[in-house]
Amino acid sequence: MNQALLVAPVLIPLCSLVLALLLRNHLSLVRALSLGGTTLLLAVGIKLVWLAAGGTVLAGQVGGWQAPFGISLVIDRLSAVMIAISALIGLVTLLYGVARDSDTRVGRDFHLFVQGLLTGIGGAFITADIFNLYVWFEVLLIASFALMALGGGKRRLAGSMTYVALNLFATLIFLLSAGLVYGASGTLNMGELAVIMRSGEAPAGVTPALLLMLLSFAIKAALFPVFGWLPATYHVALTAVSAMFAGLLTKVGVYALIRLVTLLWPEYGLPHQLLLWVACATMLVGVLGAAAQTEVRRILSFHIVSQVGYMVLGLALATPLALAGAVFYLIHHIVVKANLFFIGGVAARICGSERLADMGGLYGRLPWLALLFAIPALSLAGIPPLSGFWAKFLLVKASLDAAAWWAAGIALLTGVFTLLSMNKIWNEAFLKAHPKGEAALQLSTKSRAAWLGMAGLALLTVLIGLGAGPLIDYAIAAAEQLGNPEAYLQPFSPAGGA
Amino acid sequence: MEWLAAITTGGLAGLGLWMLLDRNLKRVVLGVAVLGNAINLGVLTAGRFIGERAAFVEAGNSAAAANPLPQALVLTAIVIGFSLFIFALALLKRTRELHGDKTTDSVSAITEQPAPDWHAGEHEADGTGVEARR
Repeated sequence: MNQALLVAPVLIPLCSLVLALLLRNHLSLVRALSLGGTTLLLAVGIKLVWLAAGGTVLAGQVGGWQAPFGISLVIDRLSAVMIAISALIGLVTLLYGVARDSDTRVGRDFHLFVQGLLTGIGGAFITADIFNLYVWFEVLLIASFALMALGGGKRRLAGSMTYVALNLFATLIFLLSAGLVYGASGTLNMGELAVIMRSGEAPAGVTPALLLMLLSFAIKAALFPVFGWLPATYHVALTAVSAMFAGLLTKVGVYALIRLVTLLWPEYGLPHQLLLWVACATMLVGVLGAAAQTEVRRILSFHIVSQVGYMVLGLALATPLALAGAVFYLIHHIVVKANLFFIGGVAARICGSERLADMGGLYGRLPWLALLFAIPALSLAGIPPLSGFWAKFLLVKASLDAAAWWAAGIALLTGVFTLLSMNKIWNEAFLKAHPKGEAALQLSTKSRAAWLGMAGLALLTVLIGLGAGPLIDYAIAAAEQLGNPEAYLQPFSPAGGA
Repeated sequence: MEWLAAITTGGLAGLGLWMLLDRNLKRVVLGVAVLGNAINLGVLTAGRFIGERAAFVEAGNSAAAANPLPQALVLTAIVIGFSLFIFALALLKRTRELHGDKTTDSVSAITEQPAPDWHAGEHEADGTGVEARR
């Protein structure tokens, strides 16, 4: 049973993908398969979180080959919650997409590629092998390329071109570093690599190769100074696609950073010092970049960059509380960010444009949409009692405990600027009258499924905020597990031996 | 053998990076392919491959075989890299068909244009009528 659960995060979306591919001529079947598969994935994710919360760590070897020769899979608390939250965002993305697919071919391809993306993301969260992680990155990358270009059009293809070239480059760096790590250390298993690094007798070439790997993850996670590809491309995709990317893609990079840094450098060291500076610069540059933008999705894209800075700040401080803050932030951010993109998309459709100057009048006509926007927007800025407040609170407290008061200051300052940005969207899109008069608003009743998904995510944001206790406990336990990764190390300990 | 592979890797990587930095989109895509091949060769070399030996174990003589793992890794990487390259080529072809733009600058300029009105933006359309802000 546990072995089946271990591979389910990959197998479920993969089976949905293959079956849907076979039945591609029947849009309704493809849609049912994709929605059903993702619901099942969400159920598995919740079950995994349930198991992980009780302290169970699922671990296994693919095909029964012993570590380090076979590929190890491990699902601990962090992996479990990431799987659950990805499935949730995938499901809401599909609901939003179903409401919007007027073009049947685009609608069908959308479902296929979302399943492909979920396969890659699921694989990246369960693997404990560096080369296998590379393969999953490629799986999610090729699906994301196709999703990015989905729908076609001059602007979208131009954006895809940039996206493809820069992401391919990042992946090549990852491949190179994986090869160099293997050449220098003789292993690709994360656990064995951790044992080598922790012994203090790592061969000379390992650390530079690993730093190169961190660089490739930094590109994926859109950290300063290598974030440029994200705000240059996210605003050209279909709304559902950019929302899913905003919620999940950079966070896979952050997950990989957290996984490797906690495994390989348990003590505060050089990578942490580097990441601390990078995190602060990322927060500030992202939020200042957003201030210069005048379109909904461009503002939100820059905020992804700045928010990723917070998570990396938690990782860089390396105290248990800071790590817990990073995990909590990760969960909160995925829910909030994806939801803001969805709501921004609905608002843009109703107003006929996503340029702030040509939007307006939503508060008068659709107060519910305004409320739906206000919840994640205030949460993103860190206003109590919403989820973002607790996330920022944990990180600021951890920074002060670690005597990094300037990092705490930058985190708070970034929060203020975030609030200003959200205020800009609120004033322009919701409060002010529509420049073409109220008649220009195009209301449609077709998008009920999308509303359901957005309301669900907003409700989750409120629930995380009001009942933060259990989730904070979970995050702290997850951080403890990251600090003491027995499941990874156990096969290589002298006494254990798998 | 290793020195030859190392020099080839370095040369190809330099060539690939140089092409990546070109303004011409065609060269950028080809540059990714060249750099990818350089890195494949680099991974193979870094994994202590011994040029003239195969990765087969002969009966009674296991010392003579080359390490099969880097070969397996690179085989995987070649397959993945090839498919991604094909996708990039298809994208390049479609981009050129749609607007004949051939340089990285023109591609950036198009993505930096203000968002088109919604109905033009959501489905196949070229966003004409929206002037780029200069």
